[in-house]
Amino acid sequence: MSFSATNLAQPLQLNTATPRSNDKPSLLLPKTSSFLGSTRNFRPTSLSANPSHSNAHRRSAVVAVSEAVKEKKLHASTNLLITKEEGLELYEDMVLGRSFEDMCAQMYYRGKMFGFVHLYNGQEAVSTGFIKLTKKEDSVVSTYRDHVHSLSKGVPAREVMSELFGKATGCCRGQGGSMHMFSKEYNVLGGFAFIGEGIPVATGAAFSSRYRREVLKQADCDHVTLAFFGDGTANNGQFFECLNMAALWKLPIVFVVENNLWAIGMSHLRATSDPEIWKKGPAFGMPGVHVDGMDVLKVREVAKEAIGRARRGEGPTLVECETYRFRGHSLADPDELRDPAEKAHYAARDPITALKKYILENNLATEQELKAIHKKIDELVEDAVEFADESPLPPRSQLLENVFADPKGFGIGPDGSYRCEDPKFTQGTAHV
Amino acid sequence: MLGILRQKVGAGSSSAMILGQSMQRIRPTTSALRAFSSSAKEMTVRDALNSALDEEMSADPKVFLMGEEVGEYQGAYKISKGLLDKYGPDRVLDTPITEAGFTGIGVGAAYYGLKPVVEFMTFNFSMQAIDHIINSAAKSNYMSAGQINVPIVFRGPNGAAAGVGAQHSQCYAAWYAAVPGLKVLSPYSSEDARGLLKAAIRDPDPVVFLENELLYGESFPVSAEVLDSSFCLPIGKAKIEKEGKDVTITAFSKMVGYALQAAEILAKEGISAEVINLRSIRPLDRNTINASVRKTNRLVTVEEGFPQHGVGAEICTSVVEDSFGYLDAPVERIAGADVPMPYAANLERLAVPQVEDIVRAAKRACYRSASLAASA
Ligand SMILES: Cc1ncc(C[n+]2csc(CCOP(=O)(O)OP(=O)(O)O)c2C)c(N)n1
Ligand SMILES: [Mg+2]
Repeated sequence: MSFSATNLAQPLQLNTATPRSNDKPSLLLPKTSSFLGSTRNFRPTSLSANPSHSNAHRRSAVVAVSEAVKEKKLHASTNLLITKEEGLELYEDMVLGRSFEDMCAQMYYRGKMFGFVHLYNGQEAVSTGFIKLTKKEDSVVSTYRDHVHSLSKGVPAREVMSELFGKATGCCRGQGGSMHMFSKEYNVLGGFAFIGEGIPVATGAAFSSRYRREVLKQADCDHVTLAFFGDGTANNGQFFECLNMAALWKLPIVFVVENNLWAIGMSHLRATSDPEIWKKGPAFGMPGVHVDGMDVLKVREVAKEAIGRARRGEGPTLVECETYRFRGHSLADPDELRDPAEKAHYAARDPITALKKYILENNLATEQELKAIHKKIDELVEDAVEFADESPLPPRSQLLENVFADPKGFGIGPDGSYRCEDPKFTQGTAHV
Repeated sequence: MLGILRQKVGAGSSSAMILGQSMQRIRPTTSALRAFSSSAKEMTVRDALNSALDEEMSADPKVFLMGEEVGEYQGAYKISKGLLDKYGPDRVLDTPITEAGFTGIGVGAAYYGLKPVVEFMTFNFSMQAIDHIINSAAKSNYMSAGQINVPIVFRGPNGAAAGVGAQHSQCYAAWYAAVPGLKVLSPYSSEDARGLLKAAIRDPDPVVFLENELLYGESFPVSAEVLDSSFCLPIGKAKIEKEGKDVTITAFSKMVGYALQAAEILAKEGISAEVINLRSIRPLDRNTINASVRKTNRLVTVEEGFPQHGVGAEICTSVVEDSFGYLDAPVERIAGADVPMPYAANLERLAVPQVEDIVRAAKRACYRSASLAASA
């Protein structure tokens, strides 16, 4: 696996044959890549369309990047993409994501957490590659697969684990659960369980950032929003609506598609007329980038550009990260449709192993130092579980809390005063 | 999002851990029913829905099924198991995750006389398609002055699920039942599921068909008549699941099971409850409800949805309008708590109706009138 900076921009090709490239002279469109030809053979509705064979549909490297990314790469001069400190930070964050999720699986099977639990194993390079470049004030909007985004953003593992246990010490006091992580402090804005609905909300967060700077004259408000979502979600209308508005209003947002090839049991190729998601960026007037999402350093390079662009007020970017989930869709998914060969192919490209190799080969750190990280994370995750387990359940009185910011919204009671002022009000019954 | 449950299809019950708790709560009723009709065949709600779809697809080539994961995955809850193999990808269509789009496509297809069955992986996701359900499906016949009717079925699991938090756990019965032009059905048993789904597919109007995930694996006795491919239930007709004389309990979907359990407990304490399975939320069978209330003089309504402007409110109004003079006690309304569904299991339990809530309400209704009578 090559991490060289120049490789990143190499496959760029100007597609002069595409009429639209004239409308968008600043954007580079690649030649139709060969895999598109092969997907045409898939009849989307036919039974034989199960694309379980090979990975021919995957591109090998970045196929399009913005002008800015390209120029940056041309001028890149250092050999190493990261310092030792950066390398260890990335490594630690990915190991945290992996260990935390493995622990979640155990705890789910022990009945400590419930409902739908969607794990992030395999996709760590995307969360780490992007979120570790953000400031605390930057926001992250996620989906039901949100534990690791929250951890990368800084929400303490204790609070996330406790939330999953449905305890009062969770980051949402046990009210949100696995699919609905929020943290005002760390600017994690959810945890949206419905396909696509996080995207407009993220776009709105980006809108607020621009509004604060330009209308409210908060000159230092350069906050960026990252919207994470999957390949299946990139077929939903809300995605397209927001690409348009984000580009139209030059909003400081990065749309990060985690293309893990599957939406539950629906393969991306069966669901999508043109499976190259990054191409939708140029169609809406923003750069579209495809990056190897199993390679945290490549993700990070692309993320740097996209986040920088947003922070400078130059508008949104669409990034498609090619990744894979190592587990079923959720812990209840039998995962019977994905080809073992496909799973093996991506298992061999484990992003954590790859970074480890890079770190060791480039003498950024010793085996010993990496081991110490694993030990530290193991302890941290153990501690999170103990903390969650020992934490109290939310009290009954919590049932009616937080429905409104102003609980007068519950109306006026029989005695003429607001119901929420009745001391019995928050004691909670099944039929309030 | 939605996690997919590992199911032992056909074996009758779900092995999904998250169901464990709630299934326990439903089971006693089922076994009681089993005892009543030991000679009858048993069928799960899942198989009832699957066989109804299968039979209607085989009877009418205009019927097709579309939705997320209905084909190769065999349905997120395995309701469409085997149908792709049998009818092929032209009639069992896996869609991208685009509820607004494919629901509208279903409506357009129905304009030309096709009979789409649109599956929502859960009804929560119908929120993204509600424009087409209400504006396109429900109003076209009216707007076109009867030139264009819309024979479409929207179906999928509805109501509270277990441990899935605020967005994935709510009941849409009252929402859709508020809309003129829609018919809204909600089966409880396997007989309901078969008879009502067949009725829905054959119906010339849009039908919202609200199933319940936690009932899919439940088995119910089914008669030979129910198993016959011509079997069909009338839309707009409630079923008296259990006759009684002291108090009327109305319920639909999973809550019918709870109401039957409550009735068993009440019987031990000398209260004879009549349990009405609404089956059809819209049109509402006002006759059956009112006839029962005129007999028992007391009413408890049960639903999982939010209390305000709910199904219970509508039933209460119908009784106040038609049988006001017959009521011996204020109507008791059991509903979900007036809050989004909490994730934490202990709070979640407080937020959805429990059997004990129904028992308590029925007693309130009975004792209140008794003590009033005593003091009069
Ligand atoms: C509106 C809506 N429809 C359907 C679902 C059910 N659902 C949950 S996750 C999912 C697949 C999403 O796939 P993708 O966007 O690729 O994300 P991934 O799970 O692969 O991370 C579906 C269909 C949903 N959550 N919301
Ligand atoms: Mg996916």
